[in-house]
Amino acid sequence: MKKLTNEVRCKFSAISENESFARSLAVTFASQASPTITQLADIKCAVSEAVTNCIVHAYGGNGGTVDMTMRRYDNGEIVVTVKDKGIGIEDVKAAREPLFTTDTTGERSGMGFSIMESMTDSLRVKSTPGKGTSVTMKIRVGVGE
Amino acid sequence: MECNVKGELNGSKLTITIEGEIDHHTARGLRQKIDELLYYYRPAKTALDLSSVAFMDSSGLGLILGRFTLARELGGELMLTDPNESVSKVLELAGTSRLIKIEKTAVKGNSK
Repeated sequence: MKKLTNEVRCKFSAISENESFARSLAVTFASQASPTITQLADIKCAVSEAVTNCIVHAYGGNGGTVDMTMRRYDNGEIVVTVKDKGIGIEDVKAAREPLFTTDTTGERSGMGFSIMESMTDSLRVKSTPGKGTSVTMKIRVGVGE
Repeated sequence: MECNVKGELNGSKLTITIEGEIDHHTARGLRQKIDELLYYYRPAKTALDLSSVAFMDSSGLGLILGRFTLARELGGELMLTDPNESVSKVLELAGTSRLIKIEKTAVKGNSK
């Protein structure tokens, strides 16, 4: 049975300046598990997508709080959970499809969930419309790519 | 976090170099600066030099696709040069190369 070896939880304002902050935090935390450069880049990108979703979609750029928890286990597993209390997602299955976006400006690619999925070993999305969304990403590090 | 843009016109080719990290936060400023260059020069060819981009997520994809569309609307073509390994991975996931030419130049390499 895997054992929790470290846990960091932080809450921060859902403003775009904090996208790079969240990435830096995730990289610093994951580095403790001796990941490869590629694994670290993947974690960085997946976390950036999850946090950006909170800022852009969940809260629509109108503030709010992002709750990010990072856990490291003795089997090399890093688990990152990013939660918001924003508008939620009506159809999670559709939202996870590549190129799905609610954006009408043509400046969003709709690849956020696809990137999170590709760069992690597992991705779980739980959402309740009107209450918020929780995204949990798992990635095994330090065990070869 | 800052992300800088530099434009250099050589004949009919405009090279736009982006330096820093491309995310949702920096994309807005980048979009404005790149569009200003495209509207000003209206080049036949534009190369977005990504060799100094250390990080890019899907916001960068949106930025690139938007600029590709604008360049075409202005009668030109846009290509990408020298993305690093992690940026290339994001581009590949979106199948960007099916739409936009991605070139690795020998000069700057791909060591980032």
